[in-house]
Amino acid sequence: MALLTCQNVTLGYENTKVVENLSFEIRAGDYLCIVGENGSGKSTLMKAILHLNAPMSGSIQTGDGLKASEIGYLPQQTVVQRDFPASVREIVLSGCLNRLGLRPFYNRKEKQLAEENMEKMGISNLANRSYRELSGGQQQRVLLARALCATKKMLLLDEPVAGLDPKVTAEMYALIEKLNREDGITILMISHDIAAAVKYATHILHISHEPLFWGTRDEYVKSGLGKVFAEQEGAGEE
Amino acid sequence: MIDKLALYFQYPFVRYAMIVGILISLCASLLGVTLVLKRFSFIGDGLSHVAFGAMSVAAVLNLTDNMLLVLPVTILCAIVLLSGGQQAKIKGDAAIAMLSVGALALGYLIMNVFSTSSNVSGDVCTTLFGSTSILTLTQSKVWMCAVLSVLVLIIYVLFYHKIFSITFDEPFAIATGIHARAYDLMLAVIIAVIIVLAMNLVGSLLISALIIFPAISAMRLFTSFRAVILCAAVLSVFCAVLGILISILASTPVGATIVAADIAAFALCSAAGSLRRS
Repeated sequence: MALLTCQNVTLGYENTKVVENLSFEIRAGDYLCIVGENGSGKSTLMKAILHLNAPMSGSIQTGDGLKASEIGYLPQQTVVQRDFPASVREIVLSGCLNRLGLRPFYNRKEKQLAEENMEKMGISNLANRSYRELSGGQQQRVLLARALCATKKMLLLDEPVAGLDPKVTAEMYALIEKLNREDGITILMISHDIAAAVKYATHILHISHEPLFWGTRDEYVKSGLGKVFAEQEGAGEE
Repeated sequence: MIDKLALYFQYPFVRYAMIVGILISLCASLLGVTLVLKRFSFIGDGLSHVAFGAMSVAAVLNLTDNMLLVLPVTILCAIVLLSGGQQAKIKGDAAIAMLSVGALALGYLIMNVFSTSSNVSGDVCTTLFGSTSILTLTQSKVWMCAVLSVLVLIIYVLFYHKIFSITFDEPFAIATGIHARAYDLMLAVIIAVIIVLAMNLVGSLLISALIIFPAISAMRLFTSFRAVILCAAVLSVFCAVLGILISILASTPVGATIVAADIAAFALCSAAGSLRRS
């Protein structure tokens, strides 16, 4: 049974279709990268998986005991957050919100969980610091720790390295890989960094308004598409 | 000076003013932090003008209790403004500006055309600047104000963590199964209630100040959400008390004096904040 199954999904806003006929599934332990150009429907797909938008047709279902509200989400940063007065601990703890239900306050177990995840992300020493004073990489770690509080099984990462410098980007990728390999957390990442996708992911979904490729990393590298893009990326960097 | 204050506090209307002032400034400052962070600073202004418009209609209709009309109308507008959100055809600030100016103009027009009193500009001035209304509170109004304020406080404390989450990151909150739309709706209702209550204190023009200043001042000093909330609440109550006392002693208009105290507090907090950072 797959953790997440998408069948013939078509996504869009009002009358405009953004992505059509998308079918794929994610199994426990996978590391799936969704790649494609800007505006190819990656973010729309992610929002649909999180139930922020409803698909126009087709179905997106979670399975294997995973509820949609138990997916840890790492969104892109918003303008509001950059000058938001909140301590790191407050933000990480807010990831436990889906465990709260009707209870108004967090219990000791949830506070413990927040501490553990801060430890895991190497930000325990920043717990009382203000979020807005941190560097971009540290802020991403805080949001990742928060996402970990919300899930035990699956993380959804929306462009997790956007705006980070190369060194911090590599650290971020290493951290995500560690979560996947050691903690067995299923990763679903949106990225336009195809080189990194090929390096870290086990599966790749390449979309551009329609699915161009879905399969394992090795198949992708061998496919014409992967080659062309890898070459283009290489050329772009020179 | 003490004698003068003691003399004044023998009168019930001064004690009422004090109680209502403390409660309203407390509620306004709590919600203010969320509103400022959600980039809704001007909603206080917009909604208070809507309340002004509704009040002038109530005055023309000769309603005995104008709250019956003002409160529902303001709540309705708050819901339209806040929860219309992303889907709205006219976006955030433009919608607020439209509603604000429109309600103000229509309210003034109605007051002028269908006026029942001989002193229209006096009436308008009172509603807008609340120059005397806080000193003419009846006991029943004080009770209503107290009950509503306590209700707002209880709701705020109970939903504190959820409010934090939808303020900081609404998509994340929705993704983890929080009914953010419902909480937005709840916030809209609370804000409308506070604004209608605050009209009694500072009048409709100065409500924005009561909502914005304590929040901004606290953000200059503190960096965690909880500290900002607590600081804003303390500052707001302190400024309200100070403003009321000064207005009694110096015979200045209550609302404007409270806002002046808030401005002074903001200046002090800014100075202290930049000292600490350097």
